[in-house]
Amino acid sequence: MFRIHCPHCREARSEEEFSYAGEAHIPRPVDPSSLSDSEWGEYLHTRTNPRGPHREMWVHTAGCRRYFNVLRDTVSYKILAVYPVGEMPPEQGEA
Amino acid sequence: MGAEVRRRAAGGRIDRDQTLDFVFDGRALRGFAGDTLASALLANGVDVVGRSFKYGRPRGIVGHGAEEPNAIVEVGAGASCVPNLRATQVELYNGLEARSIRASLFQRAAGAFGRLLPAGFYYKTFMSSPGAWMAWERVLRHAAGFGKAPDGADPDTYDRMNHHCDVLVVGAGPAGLSAALEAAGWGARVLLADEQSEFGGSLLAETRALGGDSAAAWLDGALAELDASGNVELLPRSTVSGYYDHNFLTLVERRSDHLGPVAAAGTRERLHRVRAEQVVLATGAIERPLVFANNDLPGVMLASSVSTYVNRYAVAPGKSLLLFTTNDHGYRTALDWHRIGREVVAIVDARESPAGGWVAAAKEAGIDVIVGHAIIEAVGRSRVSGAAIASLQANALAGTPRRLACDLIACSGGWNPTLHLGSQTGVKPRWSDSAGAFLPGDLGGGTVCAGAVAGTPTLRGCLEQGALAGATAASRAGFGSGRTTRSAPEVDEPPETPARSLFLVPHPKRVSRAPKQFVDFQLDVTASDIELAAREGYESVEHVKRYTALGFGTDQGKLGNVNGVAILAEALGKDIAEVGTTMYRPSYTPATFGAIAGRDVGGFFDPERHTPMHEWHTSRGAEWENVGRWKRPRYYPRSGETMQQALNRECLAARDGVAIMDASTLGKIDIQGADSAESLDRIYTTGFRKLGIGRCRYGLMLHEDGTIFDDGVTARLGEDRYLMHTTTGNAEVVFAWLERWRQTEWPELSVYFTSVTDHWATAALVGPKSRTVLAKVCTDIDLTGGAFPFMAVREGHVAGVPARVFRISFSGELSFEVNVPAQHGRAVWDALIDAGAEFDITPYGTEAMHVLRAEKGFIIVGQDTDGSMTPADTGMDWAVRRNKPFGFLGDRSLDLADHLREDRPQLVGLATDDARTVLPEGGQLVDDPECRPPVPIAGHVTSSYYSARLSRPIALGMVKGGAGRMGETVHCPLADGRVVKASIVDPIFYDPKGERQRV
Repeated sequence: MFRIHCPHCREARSEEEFSYAGEAHIPRPVDPSSLSDSEWGEYLHTRTNPRGPHREMWVHTAGCRRYFNVLRDTVSYKILAVYPVGEMPPEQGEA
Repeated sequence: MGAEVRRRAAGGRIDRDQTLDFVFDGRALRGFAGDTLASALLANGVDVVGRSFKYGRPRGIVGHGAEEPNAIVEVGAGASCVPNLRATQVELYNGLEARSIRASLFQRAAGAFGRLLPAGFYYKTFMSSPGAWMAWERVLRHAAGFGKAPDGADPDTYDRMNHHCDVLVVGAGPAGLSAALEAAGWGARVLLADEQSEFGGSLLAETRALGGDSAAAWLDGALAELDASGNVELLPRSTVSGYYDHNFLTLVERRSDHLGPVAAAGTRERLHRVRAEQVVLATGAIERPLVFANNDLPGVMLASSVSTYVNRYAVAPGKSLLLFTTNDHGYRTALDWHRIGREVVAIVDARESPAGGWVAAAKEAGIDVIVGHAIIEAVGRSRVSGAAIASLQANALAGTPRRLACDLIACSGGWNPTLHLGSQTGVKPRWSDSAGAFLPGDLGGGTVCAGAVAGTPTLRGCLEQGALAGATAASRAGFGSGRTTRSAPEVDEPPETPARSLFLVPHPKRVSRAPKQFVDFQLDVTASDIELAAREGYESVEHVKRYTALGFGTDQGKLGNVNGVAILAEALGKDIAEVGTTMYRPSYTPATFGAIAGRDVGGFFDPERHTPMHEWHTSRGAEWENVGRWKRPRYYPRSGETMQQALNRECLAARDGVAIMDASTLGKIDIQGADSAESLDRIYTTGFRKLGIGRCRYGLMLHEDGTIFDDGVTARLGEDRYLMHTTTGNAEVVFAWLERWRQTEWPELSVYFTSVTDHWATAALVGPKSRTVLAKVCTDIDLTGGAFPFMAVREGHVAGVPARVFRISFSGELSFEVNVPAQHGRAVWDALIDAGAEFDITPYGTEAMHVLRAEKGFIIVGQDTDGSMTPADTGMDWAVRRNKPFGFLGDRSLDLADHLREDRPQLVGLATDDARTVLPEGGQLVDDPECRPPVPIAGHVTSSYYSARLSRPIALGMVKGGAGRMGETVHCPLADGRVVKASIVDPIFYDPKGERQRV
């Protein structure tokens, strides 16, 4: 069970307080109507599913209910960084 | 009462003043406080403790701890009984009742035909034709005799405790104790857990002196110091069962089992959930058995176990010992046996020229040491009576085997570090040639391994390494410098000759013809099974495990795995390192369901949500439907009524008079802020910007892929304020969905969402007479159709309580949904019931609600839709506005080519031609009932009821291209072989123009 540092609560809490909310940094297209079916399908369905560092979105469901981003290694499960929505992850290795 | 034929007159850590009576398999026996069930059985001369899993062979006690594969027992009686315990881990108490988990006669018969049961026998035989396994599984599982689940609900109490500590030390042997002392000395908060009742691990059976004093004295001193320390918590009888992510571990503490059934009060087991900054794994090692023919005979034991029984429990499990070893350490068992005055027949050492200190001591004691030899076969029927030994050169036998008489064979094939916990974290163990064992892999910066688990062979080394581990862990957790502050006690450690690796002792016959050479005792896996698996093409150790069942038992192969891996490697011509081990998983030893569940049973496991009117429904004898966590009345049967009769009555009351339903469970979200309208426009298919204050509008909520996931009515309460209704089951999901978009994509919108589901109680007053009834208790709202039209909301008072009244309808009738603050819900409900009494107001439940809405063709999201349906599929294009400036979530997907296909499943009404049969919900629809399989499916039934108002069955369904097939016939084959014909009709069966709800 992960131990996740909520950047809003500024506390490390147990995974059971959080929910995973999918891959991060998948912005909604500004003008969906200008996209082809396949471009829109990319946005809907294509995810990176990397082996190694993965940028993902979490929400502190049983806490502040706020969303934030997590950089997590999908092999070691180590959490490399947490950072607010709208920002890019810090250089790897800092956290 | 059996005599303790094998108990020594003195010594051991047992309390001879406290005799304990117990029963094993119906035999009354006696032991002492401090015994385990295993040591007491051995003391009483019980050789056979069970029959083996596959061949039904007699089996005796092999080990003395968690590794025991044979002595699996069921302890206690009735609902408190626990199956699948290892007798070596069951503390004896007065009155203990235990039964062996023995195989049935079927298995014993199978034993006689053992050659017919090779590896993969069950797989090849019972999986060969579909369904065969299903039929055989019940017979075989019973025959295998893995114990019985208790037949009653567990009467005992279990609980759970959370811990945060700086250093968790797993294992209180020499390394663990040293680590705890050192870490505690630096001020770290230390948790020290050990699965045994007594701390000390191997020290409990140690005969050497530590620092000039006895091992017991050193142990007492260490424990006294830990006990006195204010920052150490000691947890005996606590098995660290699981090691999960980010240093989260679970410990199962057995709090009362050792006291027997008399101590039923209090907590039986406690699950400790520990988040540790640092973990010290000092889990020790388990001796590796040796694989030779008939090595499963009772009387073949681990050398360290023989020593433990002799030294700790004062039990000599035999008369004449033959020791078979590949290393110096094993010699200590022969010396222990010699010291208590029993006969050591010989030491059979597989090495050519052992010359260490223990070897010298054995020779000095006059023990016959036979070097360069191996036991190739144990001899005996239900107990060892002798052994055949032969000269072993390289990996082949030489010369003629000879026989030695003995009644006990102690085996030492080296040590397997107990690396299960480290492996559970996903880090693969690595093979070390120098240690001749698998060692824990690199577990990262949160874990330190110390002692035998790290491959440290000597006691002195374990004490030193433990102290260093404690200091390191404390320092990493922020305490101290990482240097040790205390020196380990001196221990006599004579020099040792390197061990010989010996994983399978050759036999004059080849492996497939030799008597069985057991690798895994618990699941009866032999060396020949593993070789067969290799011959049949299995290469991955994980596949071989599944094919042969090696390591698949409840012991997870604690004894057999390494030998099995080595035999596989040899058969494949690979290195052991290349083959690797299988993955170990929690729990380290089996855990009870009680410990896992804790107090999360009954209502605490699955809490119920009740509306403020719940007790009224109960008093009216409501039958319940679970909707999410909510309890909702399904219908209210009167005495003597069938469910259908009750439904007919409730539906007709709503259509012709007045009826009332508790709608409090509907999700309610209060939306405020300048951008409320904009956010609703983006979330819903419909538009809210131009909705008048005091008016309501229906909307569909879509996922981005265009599929419907919720629907409901939203009211505009003010310029910047709306109230959204969600379906009962989806309230939390919708709320999270709103927050997600607001926080991640639309932070620029000024809008706030607040869940107010529980703040309001809702009574839906339905039927032509609902206005009259409401008017009796609500005088400050003009209820006339002109002043308060359909799809409007008004505020006022109902029964003197401030109320919001919505004129919305899920039944198609004139309807007022009265919302009042939850604490007044029951009072207002009672007032409405009183007001309606003269009109025979009828409470109705979810089932009548379903019938009423189905008559109107209103969908229920999740029943008539399945997560793949668009608004067009359900015929609800009318609820979609495509020209909003931003669009809405899912908008773009409505134009995907696949969503525009004309043969998509579409919502239709279904009317059975016989006008009698109610179609089964979920029933498949086909065009040609005569068609041979595979039959193309035209669609399926989603909702189906008998309509009292229409005096006929009605149904909704999804039919491919259904919207264009009005009037056509489909067929619904029933389970009983009948086929029902149905016509595809418009889904609105009643009041198609919707006039009744607008009156």
